Amino acid sequence: MRVGLVCPYAWDVPGGVRSHVADLAVALQAHGHDVSVLAPVEDAETLPPWVVDGGRPIAVRYNGSIARLSIGVSATRKVRGWIRSGDFDVLHVHEPVAPSLSLLALWAARGPIVATWHSSHDRSRILSAGYAVAQTAMEKVRGRIAVSEEARRTLVTHVGGDAVLIPNGVRVSAFASRERLPGVDPARPALLFLGRVDEPRKGLAVLLASLPTIVEAVPDVQVLIAGPGSADDSLAELPEEVRARITVLGRISDEDKVRALRSVDVYVAPHTGGESFGIVLVEALAAQAAVVASDLPAFRRVLDDGACGMLFPNQDEQGLADQVVLALGDAGLRARMVAAGDARVRIFDWDRVVDDVIAVYDSVRLPEEKVTEDLRGQIVGRLSRSGRGGGG
Amino acid sequence: MSGAWLLVIAAVVLLAVFGLYLSMTAGRIDHLHRRIDTTQLALDSHLLRRSAVSTELATSLLLDPASSLLLAEAAHQARTSVDADAQERTQAESALTATLGAVLTPEDVDEVLDSPEGPLMLAELAAACRRVQLSRTFLNDAVRACRQLRSQRIAAAFRLAGHTPWPQSWEMDDTVPEGLISRDIPRMGTSNERPASWDAGPDE
Repeated sequence: MRVGLVCPYAWDVPGGVRSHVADLAVALQAHGHDVSVLAPVEDAETLPPWVVDGGRPIAVRYNGSIARLSIGVSATRKVRGWIRSGDFDVLHVHEPVAPSLSLLALWAARGPIVATWHSSHDRSRILSAGYAVAQTAMEKVRGRIAVSEEARRTLVTHVGGDAVLIPNGVRVSAFASRERLPGVDPARPALLFLGRVDEPRKGLAVLLASLPTIVEAVPDVQVLIAGPGSADDSLAELPEEVRARITVLGRISDEDKVRALRSVDVYVAPHTGGESFGIVLVEALAAQAAVVASDLPAFRRVLDDGACGMLFPNQDEQGLADQVVLALGDAGLRARMVAAGDARVRIFDWDRVVDDVIAVYDSVRLPEEKVTEDLRGQIVGRLSRSGRGGGG
Repeated sequence: MSGAWLLVIAAVVLLAVFGLYLSMTAGRIDHLHRRIDTTQLALDSHLLRRSAVSTELATSLLLDPASSLLLAEAAHQARTSVDADAQERTQAESALTATLGAVLTPEDVDEVLDSPEGPLMLAELAAACRRVQLSRTFLNDAVRACRQLRSQRIAAAFRLAGHTPWPQSWEMDDTVPEGLISRDIPRMGTSNERPASWDAGPDE
């Protein structure tokens, strides 16, 4: 299949949507599809061959931050040229309401069109006058994808209709580091907590409440706490012999996160809610950590009902302590969980997620159907076309 | 005198603007109807694929005889209902969904996966089931958008949709069988080889 992807934000600037589009493009190519990505580009020198320069981005205030977008006559012309010459079987635009190449592409094309909604927008923006203008373009989208439950909810409640949920894939290979984090004693059993320490839903309080029991059973345990925020208050309430075994790492880089997961015996995910996919667990499994997690539905699903990680009843510190003590005392059990996790994690890889995206392409498209230029609303285009006797 | 002329000009301009609005709205409705037709055709083809693979599975002797018989019967009903009215069709397709769910429990799927031709057949069935689900979602989405526009007062008063019938949503049970979700079904039509660029990442 020939797929045209449109990224509304500058290709040179790191960002969620941009890396989603890049990962998707690579995964589609790995499945044998032809991909062309249209994106605003600052520096055309470093582009991969499958990215097409959609024009220089300009910095505009949009959706609460400064976004780098391409707009105007020259961007419109580039989009039309790209669609005319692309001969695409499917056009897949990302963040369709972003006032950039995505919206322009929707305007200029007709045929099998798919759109992915990434961020949640507030109601006022979607119902603004600008959106009414975009409505006609939006109606051409045959298949809508949302990457998160929040994005889907925005769409369903404010725009109406439905969307299918296809979460981001995880680049499993990016978590396959062999390095250890300095400062973790390899001779002592180690536990790790990751996440905002002052966000109750990440569940640090549950872990802290279980520590006295764990320390009693495994006296030489070391506990690493990594994540932004201040936990001084909750730590101060702990008994001295427990506090002495805790190392607070603060905010750490993505590389150090992988190293930390590598260096410990057990990764504890005591989250009490708010996890719709359990991406944290997928990353932990990809880094080959043994996992002890609360039994949230998303966690249960990622861990295959406990086959590749241990579950405890949500918010039950005694249950958490029991599972951790069990895991720390049994290296064979940990190795079995890691091995099972290694196989499990592949279904969350981009390589797999892309199957669902391809299924969406198949569901909106008739055999032999192509994306064509839409000349409605284009007085000049219409005239030039009729001048050539309707040919194209 | 000039006042009357101004009034006439204003009326003409207003009429022109109103006419343009009507023509644009009629265009939007027309386009939404075409979107409905396309997604309906896509859904039809995936439903047909699903019943075809179901028949194939039922006649393959990979399932026990009782399951095979049930599945063959349900798939046949679904296939022969193609020319029936929408209600009869959706009932037959929902019945096929229910039968697939009943005969493809995780245990049954394990059994089928053990046979040489099983994995490919289940892969095709899983792909068809998923595509039915997706195209039905997209069809109903288009139907909703079209109804919303057609029920606007002006669109209704001026009959901008012409004689096109009121669009109907497609109500059926499209649940993918439990066994096809919880088991690791191989994939079809894709190569498992990754290009070298995968691991390096596109941007690093």
